[in-house]
Amino acid sequence: MKSALLNPVLNKEIRLRFRSVKSFIGIAFYLLILGVISLGFIGLTLSFDSMGTFQPDESRGMFLVIGMLQLALVIFITPGLTGGVISSERERQTLPILLTTAQSSGSIILSKLASSLSYLLLIVFASAPLYMIIFLYGGISPSSVLASFGLYAFTMLVIGSFGVLMSTLIRKTIIAVVTTYSIAFFITGGIAVITMMLLSFGYNFQSHGQDYIWPFLFASVNIPIMFFSLFEESIMVQLQEMAGFSFSPWIIFFIVYGTTIALSLTLAIRKLRPKIKTKAYPKA
Amino acid sequence: MIETANLTKKYGSFTALNDLNLSISEGTVFGFVGQNGAGKSTTFQILATLMSPTYGTVYIDGLDIAKEPAKVRRLIGYMPDFFGVYDQFRAEEYLDFYGASYGLTVPERKEVIPQLLELVNLSHKRDSYVDLLSRGMKQRLCLARSLIHDPKVLILDEPASGLDPRARVEMREILKELKTMGKTIIISSHILPELAEMCDEIGVIDSGKLVAQGTVSDIQQKLQQQKVIIVNIKKDVEQTVRFFEDDPDVGDLQVLENGAIQFSYRGTDESQQALLKKAVMADIPLLGFSQLEKNLEDVFMEITRGAEEE
Repeated sequence: MKSALLNPVLNKEIRLRFRSVKSFIGIAFYLLILGVISLGFIGLTLSFDSMGTFQPDESRGMFLVIGMLQLALVIFITPGLTGGVISSERERQTLPILLTTAQSSGSIILSKLASSLSYLLLIVFASAPLYMIIFLYGGISPSSVLASFGLYAFTMLVIGSFGVLMSTLIRKTIIAVVTTYSIAFFITGGIAVITMMLLSFGYNFQSHGQDYIWPFLFASVNIPIMFFSLFEESIMVQLQEMAGFSFSPWIIFFIVYGTTIALSLTLAIRKLRPKIKTKAYPKA
Repeated sequence: MIETANLTKKYGSFTALNDLNLSISEGTVFGFVGQNGAGKSTTFQILATLMSPTYGTVYIDGLDIAKEPAKVRRLIGYMPDFFGVYDQFRAEEYLDFYGASYGLTVPERKEVIPQLLELVNLSHKRDSYVDLLSRGMKQRLCLARSLIHDPKVLILDEPASGLDPRARVEMREILKELKTMGKTIIISSHILPELAEMCDEIGVIDSGKLVAQGTVSDIQQKLQQQKVIIVNIKKDVEQTVRFFEDDPDVGDLQVLENGAIQFSYRGTDESQQALLKKAVMADIPLLGFSQLEKNLEDVFMEITRGAEEE
């Protein structure tokens, strides 16, 4: 643990990131967006309420809105922060020197990912005071807030791993970032759309008394749907009934994305440095 | 210390490096000279474990780079021809980061960094941001960086390129000092005279092929085998031309604009002496008879031209 914290690449990344004014402007901008929307939501609700009160049910609704908004921001920011971690070093011509040091490929990749994610975590946790406003009005348990923060962290890890892999495989930062965005939007928005389409087929099957598993499977690997199900369990219960079994969707979620993270990072580590092969010179 | 055997790098049908065999012993300063695109940087990238060869083997201090690249990295200090720096680092922090990356402890880094900054004459810039340093200073800082873990072998790819004359001299002085420290240094340049005075051995590479290797005087001597003689005369140009044309070792004879006669001569020093004596005896009105000294630039041009013709 101590050696991980003292890792020179991680140390350097964090030091350079927080030496830049841009990082603090980023946090301020993020909080401003969330603050304006959440306080605006409260203001609007109060102005439309004849009694001028904010009910626990409305507080719950506000939590869902802020939670989904925060998830959307995480999905939107993570590719930009991780899609260039290796390719930008390549473009700045600092990568060859870094690769000739004694740092292992694993240490470089994991440090780069950790430093990007630590900045993202700081952004997300900086929004915690906004959640305290919601607690004032009730309707949400602390465990729900913790679960949502846990899911944000996991989402960052999933998309961040794709970002680091793309950044390692693709030489140009802009292409690596765009590819990471495409993947991130597919596993969030794309799979959600597919789930909705499959759901309409599912109702047909259900009306004929047949089980239909696909909407459940796709929903189980869709981050926004799973996030929503943290607070509205009925949505996944409905899909489980359509599928005809009571297997927890979280098991599918963590197995699929856990494997994806492991594969992405392993591939990035293997591809960072060239594999030096020795072949005999062909005889004339 | 450095051994390459049949080292070849191909990109599709293009051969960047063709069957390179090098042997550089410990403590040698080896100059690797060749035109732009000759294959110098490709060789260095392979030596630095940044690129895999298509064929061939490389051993550094007895370690096979294909089998033990991590150990090889600890032995080498690599300075690429083009490199970037982390803009928001100060010079001292820059060296500290790389020191830590090589596993040096904090006390070790505190001891070695001031020494390195002094070696490259940058002690006064220790707190300056790296991006504010001049190009020459960045080159020197990068050289200090490549020395941070006290490597046995230094791989320096055009360390003086793009520098003004003063910065070039400073870089040369630092390299001379490193030579006295007993480091094995392989250094590249596309300018042969620049390397000549600081290198023990020179290798000339052209189109991916090593076309000459040896000490500077060896290479010069090899080319001096075919000498160029200039004869200055006062009159009787035609008679003089006929006289020298009759000698079987004389070739490419031409009369220059100033009336002098120039020809190439394949004979030995003794036969050259006899030819001069014979000319005097034949009453050729000689004012001068001299051998044209080739400078290193001519030698380099001649070697690479020869390789192209082959």
